[in-house]
Amino acid sequence: MGEGFPGILALLQDVSLEEPRLIEWDWISENFWEDIWPAIQGHMYLSFVSVAIALAISLPIGVLSARYRKIYPPVTFVTGILYSIPSLALFSILISVPGIVIGATPVIIALVAYSLLILIRNVVAGIDSVPAETIDAARGMGLTNSQILFKVELPLALPVIVAGIRIATVTIIGIATIGAYISGGGLGKLIFDGINRNFPTMIIAGAVLATALAILADLLLLAVERYLRPWARRSRA
Amino acid sequence: MVGQIREVLGRPDFTQLLFRHIELSVVALAIAVLIAVPVALAVRNTPTGAAIAINVGNIGRAVPSLALLALALPFFGFGFTSALIALTALAVPPILINASTALREVDPGVIDAARGMGLSGSQILAGIQLPIAAPVIFAGIRTSAVQVVASATLATFIGGGGLGDLIVEGFQRGDTAILLAGALSVAVLSIITEVGFAGVERALTPKGLKIAQKRRR
Repeated sequence: MGEGFPGILALLQDVSLEEPRLIEWDWISENFWEDIWPAIQGHMYLSFVSVAIALAISLPIGVLSARYRKIYPPVTFVTGILYSIPSLALFSILISVPGIVIGATPVIIALVAYSLLILIRNVVAGIDSVPAETIDAARGMGLTNSQILFKVELPLALPVIVAGIRIATVTIIGIATIGAYISGGGLGKLIFDGINRNFPTMIIAGAVLATALAILADLLLLAVERYLRPWARRSRA
Repeated sequence: MVGQIREVLGRPDFTQLLFRHIELSVVALAIAVLIAVPVALAVRNTPTGAAIAINVGNIGRAVPSLALLALALPFFGFGFTSALIALTALAVPPILINASTALREVDPGVIDAARGMGLSGSQILAGIQLPIAAPVIFAGIRTSAVQVVASATLATFIGGGGLGDLIVEGFQRGDTAILLAGALSVAVLSIITEVGFAGVERALTPKGLKIAQKRRR
């Protein structure tokens, strides 16, 4: 499967002969399976696990905040403060906590913390967007409160929740690069190694791949969002 | 621990790093405003232009901040200028998106009414479009400001200085007090920026718009 890859890279190398030092395609083809691919995998793992955990926390908090309006302002205040702490600072604070060592764990904790504000806000906005008449109709049909939540409110809120997942995922893929500084792995490792070795090829490979991953995730989740919102598609056509 | 952190905060180079951090952030934000707002104004009457500006902004927002800073290194070298260029590039997209969207979404009926009253194009811009769009444009500037203050921490990796220097020093020497002094001061600076800009944003919203917003709720 990977055999065609070095061939294509060799072709590209001919084109970029004038700037041989900026990107060394030889290095990329030689180290793709050892360095670059594991970094991509590690990055996807960090991002996916963090968004999944954050979603598991945000859904119940969001539902409760939509029901009991009083807890919503303190929830956004706390998560808002977490959100505005710069990532390198949050990583540093986390590894200063006794018992937390450098590695993937503090990175995932920080990434989850950053997703909470975005996700909870969208869960609440999604539930708020369900028309009162729809809930009245459901109640008139004899649905219980929990049936209304799971069969009416959450399905109708889904597009807005997915929009939140999309913003959170793009944000997290970006911040995860910084996690490599505290040995979290991922594409940031290529960037930091490149800086330390003064080797532009690694910096550019890491930076370009992280950007591509973020844009891909954005487009993919945008497609999911559109698919879940058939009424918007129809009105646009 | 608190005493040790306070000791670090009392170091003469702490003030220098703090000022460097603020300098990087303020200059980058100012240049970004000077780039993004005129572009948004230039494309305000052409839907295609505005759509292009918004899409470019959206792609720009997806670029991770560390990627942007690291990419500046091979092209502009190690140092302050590199960090400044990268932070400016980071600050442009949110302002560009918000300014283009806000100017595009001013109610055409309002502009028609102004034209009917005999206002010229520049009068409409200064008296109608800008005041109505101002809160949203400022929200973009606020987003950028918070992002720039946070990302200026990463400038240390490309020799730009700032409070990130303390974090790296603490990390390399395994000194938790230095690490926390850097981390906590950056965190406080970011929260001050966030809260400060939120206050200005509220003050900037015209009274009429505030009433309209309340009614909509």
